[in-house]
Amino acid sequence: MTDFSPVVEAGVEHRFGPYGGQYVPETLMPALAELEAAWVAVRDDAAYRAQLGGLLRDFAGRPTPLYLAERLSELAQREIWLKREDLMHTGSHKLNNALGQALLAKHMGKERIIAETGAGQHGVASATACALLNLQCVVYMGAEDIRRQAPNVQRMRMLGAEVVSVEAGARTLKEAVSEAIRDWVTTVATTHYIIGSAVGPAPYPALVRDLQRVIGDEARADLLLRAGRLPDRVIACVGGGSNSIGIFSAFVSDVGVALIGVEAAGAGMDSGRHGAPLTAGGRSGVLHGSLSAVMQDADGQVTEAHSISAGLDYPGSGPQHAYLRDSGRASYVAVEDDDAVKAFKEVTRLEGIIPALETSHALYYALHEDGADSTLDLICLSGRGDKDLAEVIAHDE
Amino acid sequence: MSKSARDRVAAVPQTGEDRIAAAFALRRGRAALMPYVMGGYPDLPTSLAIGEAYAANGADLIELGVPYSDPLADGPVIHAAGTAALQAGATLAGVLEVGEALARRVPVILMCYVNLVLARGAERFARRLSDAGISGMIVPDLPMHEAGEVRDACHAAQIALIPLVAPTTPDDRLTAIAAEARGFIYVVSVVGTTGERPAFGDHVGGLLARVRKRADVPVALGFGISTPSQAGEAADAGADGVIVASRLIRAVSEADDPAAVAGELVAQLAAGLIR
Repeated sequence: MTDFSPVVEAGVEHRFGPYGGQYVPETLMPALAELEAAWVAVRDDAAYRAQLGGLLRDFAGRPTPLYLAERLSELAQREIWLKREDLMHTGSHKLNNALGQALLAKHMGKERIIAETGAGQHGVASATACALLNLQCVVYMGAEDIRRQAPNVQRMRMLGAEVVSVEAGARTLKEAVSEAIRDWVTTVATTHYIIGSAVGPAPYPALVRDLQRVIGDEARADLLLRAGRLPDRVIACVGGGSNSIGIFSAFVSDVGVALIGVEAAGAGMDSGRHGAPLTAGGRSGVLHGSLSAVMQDADGQVTEAHSISAGLDYPGSGPQHAYLRDSGRASYVAVEDDDAVKAFKEVTRLEGIIPALETSHALYYALHEDGADSTLDLICLSGRGDKDLAEVIAHDE
Repeated sequence: MSKSARDRVAAVPQTGEDRIAAAFALRRGRAALMPYVMGGYPDLPTSLAIGEAYAANGADLIELGVPYSDPLADGPVIHAAGTAALQAGATLAGVLEVGEALARRVPVILMCYVNLVLARGAERFARRLSDAGISGMIVPDLPMHEAGEVRDACHAAQIALIPLVAPTTPDDRLTAIAAEARGFIYVVSVVGTTGERPAFGDHVGGLLARVRKRADVPVALGFGISTPSQAGEAADAGADGVIVASRLIRAVSEADDPAAVAGELVAQLAAGLIR
């Protein structure tokens, strides 16, 4: 039987090479220390593990299936296996993290939850976990994302969450995270911030990775059982990078397995209108509490990202990804808006699976770029694309 | 030593720390008054005029904010001012020119988010501040244990790196922060971001006392002080300095003649500290 509990690689890392750290106002420092202590205390605690494992199985639907996509395999001329996080309750991998952190908040005695969301998937997952566990939930979401992800906004409100529209800047994910952090600076005594990606000040990048690692652990065990081998490549989309770090983590020690993160090239890398700081390279910077790959100008002002997919529309990245890139263990590439939409439609028609626009970036890369050396790709199908229908239809017009 | 050599020694600029210490020692009111100006808001020349009006109306030191894209410690008023300044074309170089001009009048403390420091490189950044005659720097998203490189660079350039402490800061952290503090310690009066508040809580006196017990440098109170009577209360509660920001920025945003209005408000705040 699969062990659903989070497995921790090594302690709670504050740094991944030079990246990570805790660049936040002093007011939050005791809360970060409290969170880290609480996580260290519960992550190996039998009662917490049993509770989370039970919820992931009976409430959320884990383990998720591993699916050999035969028509995609025929198109790509190699085996394409999909890890079906889209089949999880609420429609994406985000619930792995939201359930784990909401339970952790309960253990810490915090009764109010705040979260940020871009595509709305983390917001829905947080609102769902809060409904289940009877916690108050406030979700910060950029006004532009509220416009383009309307179904998820309605779901969050139906679940009892308050959705706060953020009007600053580009009115997308970056501003939503900033506003959530400002809320937390003010309400830290009673509130836990469920950050939705493997970003933020320590201990968040390690905490979120630990809670998402279940994706990789399940996929690796299933693939060994069914294909009798490891994949040549593991491919996942990267916004902040939680589904990707979750699936990569189980394969980091398998040196023969290539790890490929796919960012959003938006309107094209040369246009500057993208969401691909890891691919673009350049000077690292601090955003939302940690040092990592960041899109910024010469002064250090963080610039606006662009992507058709709200979940990848973010100028930063998780610090462990920056480290995996620099160390050469993982590589990062980017796929443009138009190509992501192409893969969205292709996978829908060929397999009867509507993938999230975020995931469609990873699918396009696997189906149409490189890959001559690979005979078996494992792709994290991080979420379902029902939320994106209006955006794709608008893109066509 | 010849007379000319003595003159040369006397002409050597003081360190930032010295200038800050003198400003606190020679303050006119019961607490040193430190109003905040956002560099480049509404534009660079006006922000310089505002700072000059502060200096002419009783500011003992000036806190100069560098507009930033993602100011996590700031509430809506300062956040909006920073966004407007950036849209109006404010750059770090332009703001530092404002700082250089103001530093000829009163000691200037730069309030600057960490990514702007790291982007230029901590050493180069600190040297540039020193060249501009700026005395100190506050970095609101750089807690003590992440500050090593920036602290070393500030020490080398004789810029005081001024730490923040919050009501949530436990005693052991407070002791460690106070031991590294240069210039003064910035005590955040509230659990929250910058912004005006009707009153600051009863905890402030106790918080100031906890900090003072551990500090060799002056202790200044900020976040939420907006009126002359609140400034006076801060001094009564034991603050050596008071920092006023959002009230002034709001006035600037609403005024036809921002410098005149800001100068008048600073005069009133100064009067609130004289009695």
